[in-house]
Amino acid sequence: MARIIVVTSGKGGVGKTTTSASISTGLAKHGQKTVVIDFDVGLRNLDLIMNCERRVVYDFVNVIQGEATLNQALIKDKRVDGLYILPASQTREKEALTKEGVEKVINELSGTFDYIVCDSPAGIEHGALMALYHADEAIVVTNPEVSSVRDSDRILGILQSKSKRAENGLEPAKEHLLLTRYNPERVDKGEMLSVQDVEEILAIPLLGVIPESQVVLNASNQGLPVILEEDSDAGQAYEDAVARLLGEEREHRFLTAQRKGFFSRMFKGA
Amino acid sequence: MSFLNYFKGKKPKSASVAKERLQIIVAHERGQRAQPDYLPQLQQELVEVIRKYVQISDDMVQVDVDRNDHCSVLELNVTLPEK
Ligand SMILES: Nc1ncnc2c1ncn2[C@@H]1O[C@H](COP(=O)(O)OP(=O)(O)O)[C@@H](O)[C@H]1O
Ligand SMILES: [Mg+2]
Repeated sequence: MARIIVVTSGKGGVGKTTTSASISTGLAKHGQKTVVIDFDVGLRNLDLIMNCERRVVYDFVNVIQGEATLNQALIKDKRVDGLYILPASQTREKEALTKEGVEKVINELSGTFDYIVCDSPAGIEHGALMALYHADEAIVVTNPEVSSVRDSDRILGILQSKSKRAENGLEPAKEHLLLTRYNPERVDKGEMLSVQDVEEILAIPLLGVIPESQVVLNASNQGLPVILEEDSDAGQAYEDAVARLLGEEREHRFLTAQRKGFFSRMFKGA
Repeated sequence: MSFLNYFKGKKPKSASVAKERLQIIVAHERGQRAQPDYLPQLQQELVEVIRKYVQISDDMVQVDVDRNDHCSVLELNVTLPEK
C-alpha cells in the first residue's frame, strides 16, 4: 500500500509544482519507489519541470478512459531510479478526472509504489478536490503573504471535511506546512510574515521553509527539480523537508538573513 | 526592533498588520465552516417568515450555531428597520 501525499495550496503560483517535483525526486533518491501525478488537467506543467515533456505519449485521462494502460502512460525518470511521472492531459476538460477513474488509477499504483505524490491544480474546485481526496498526508504550500495564508486555511478546511478520510470517519490526513519563497531580509525589515506568524495562524506542523531563490527559476529553465541542485539553499531546504517526511528530525535552516560582509556593505553603502 | 521603532515614532510594520488581519479573517472563516449545512436555508426561510410581518432585508437576519461541550445554542439575531 503506497502512502499518498497531496501537494496543495488553494492559491496558484505559490510553488506546488516546484515542490511536487522536488519532493518526489527526493523520496526516490531515498530509495522509495515514487510516482508523481499531475492533476492540473489542461495546464500540464510538471512534465516541463521534470524534463520529460517530449516523452509524453499517453496521459492520466487516457488511462482513466481506458485508451492506454498505466504502463504505457508512466514515464520513467532518466536521472533518479524508482521515479515515475504520470502527466496530465493537455486537451481535456477538468471533469475528465472522474472520482471512480482517479480511484481506479490510485488503487492500481498503490500496489507497486511506496509513495504517490499528487500535484494539485490551484483553486478549490473539482481538480483540487480530486487531488486531495485520497491523501494520507497533505503538504500545504504557502507563501508568507496574506492571500496565500488565507487560501491555505481554506484548503485545510476542505481536506478536513471533503477528503475520503473525512467522509469515512477515518483518522484525518496528516497535515504539513511548507513555507516557500521565504525572504528573511524582508522578514527582518517587518515587510513579510515570519515563519512563526504563519505557524501561529495556520496551526499545523512545519515541514520546511524554502527560501526565495534564483536557483529555482534556473533549475526549472533546465527541467531540473531544484532538489538536485545539491549545493543550493533551496535544494538543501527541500532535501531537509524530504528527510523530515521520512521521519528524520532536522533543524530548520535558511531562516535568518545572511550577514553582509564588511566590503559588500561598504560598496552598497548600507 | 519594536523598541527602536518606538523612538523613531514609526507606524506599525506591514507584516504585523498582515498578521492581525489574517488572524481575524481566518478565525471568522473557521467559524463559518463549523456551521451545519442547513443553516443558509434555515436563515432564508426565517427571513421569509419575518417578512410576512416586517419589511427586512436578507442581511438583517443572522443565524449562528454556538457549540459547547454540553449543548449547542442556535443564535438568532434579527435587526428591525428603524422608525
Ligand atoms: N523558492 C522559490 N524561489 C523563487 N521562485 C520560486 C520558488 N518556488 C517557486 N518559484 C517560482 O514560482 C513560480 C510558480 O511556481 P509553481 O511551482 O509553478 O507554482 P504552482 O504549481 O503552485 O502554480 C515559478 O515561476 C517558480 O519558478
Ligand atoms: Mg502547478
